[in-house]
Amino acid sequence: MTESIRRPAGELEAAVLSALWAAERPLTPAEVQQVLPGVLARTTVATILARLHDKGTVSRTRAGRAYAYSPVVEDHAALAAHRMHTELDKERDRPGVLARFVSRLTSDDEELLRDLLAQPVVPEEPR
Amino acid sequence: MIWAVWAPLLAPLAAVPVARRLAGLLPPRAAALLLAGCAAALAAFSGVSLVLLTVAGLLKLPFVAELGHVRTALLPHDPAFGMPLGAAAAALALAGTAAALRTLLGHGRQVLRARAEVARVAGAGDLTVLPDPGADAYALPGRPGRVVVTAGMLRSLDAEERAALLAHERAHLAGRHHLLLLAADLAGCVHPVLRALREPLAYQLERWADEAAVSAVGDRQVVARAVGRAALAASAAPAGRRPAPALSAVAGPVPRRVSALLGASGGPQGGVWARHAVALSLGVCVLLSGAAVVDATGDLHASVETAQGAP
Repeated sequence: MTESIRRPAGELEAAVLSALWAAERPLTPAEVQQVLPGVLARTTVATILARLHDKGTVSRTRAGRAYAYSPVVEDHAALAAHRMHTELDKERDRPGVLARFVSRLTSDDEELLRDLLAQPVVPEEPR
Repeated sequence: MIWAVWAPLLAPLAAVPVARRLAGLLPPRAAALLLAGCAAALAAFSGVSLVLLTVAGLLKLPFVAELGHVRTALLPHDPAFGMPLGAAAAALALAGTAAALRTLLGHGRQVLRARAEVARVAGAGDLTVLPDPGADAYALPGRPGRVVVTAGMLRSLDAEERAALLAHERAHLAGRHHLLLLAADLAGCVHPVLRALREPLAYQLERWADEAAVSAVGDRQVVARAVGRAALAASAAPAGRRPAPALSAVAGPVPRRVSALLGASGGPQGGVWARHAVALSLGVCVLLSGAAVVDATGDLHASVETAQGAP
């Protein structure tokens, strides 16, 4: 309960939501707590999940004695995502303002990248 | 006036390669600030030069001369005080301004559209997740800025890597990196040679955010893995339509970032002396360019005063 507690509430909410999206199945507060890096109290996770539920960002179902949470996918959200991509595609070949996490890879890049990722001592976990 | 008005227009030819070289020798944050600063300064000096040439040319026009109470006969016989040159400078200045306005509007429109779409999707904290199976992530500037990530991207990373991704995008927002990119884009509108600074600037901004992510998650390997796996996921399952990648023999920015994170190569290289020598020559270029602008402005002012029949 050291470093995570000092992080702003927004960052904790973001971490919890990204964990739910990555899971592809409903997660209980205990499961979310296990997944999140850094030590975070179960009650903190439960509070964040309840807050996200109040906002309508996540939905919940009973799972035994706890609730299991999953992200809400609104119809118009999928539409918005689609429209955004068509928008971004138009801009993609021009330099844009949106700093993307990763740029396009050439096939040589891909090979080089696989080599680089194979090198580190930390093994890639199966997925 | 003869050399001084040309120097700022020619300076980028020498300064741009030197700045690119120096950026490779510096840590990412310093390199990015250097590239953006250089682009802005050299563009500003070039812009002033074009304005000076325009004014000097305009003064040869009888009605402008009359308006300024200038006797054209008293103007120096300098090729810089010529109508053809003045007209060319005016055309370049106008074209540059138009291109800069277009760039500014384009950037603004792109951000506004993206924000309008993101506003329709529920988020948490500073994160918006797009329900898209493709892999993509970016920082959306604004007040407050937002991190936009697709569901597909989150699913292709583990928890630590997701933390690294979020930290990386937050570093872009906190450092207002889009403003530095915008500065470089506008500089390229003023002087085409300055466009060569954009690509290294974009790379250094990514490296800067990567290093910020390293500070946040405390593990270089995690960040390297996050960048690498995100890139592989994005090329395996592109978000939306993505044109086929062009073939190239040169390593793109992503492998360079990953090797810099892993300490393999790509990090700042070269000794202190090399860095100092390159920094010195760049400083000389930019300072000369600035001094030339001041000199040329003074010269033009003096010539006009003489031609106005001042005692």
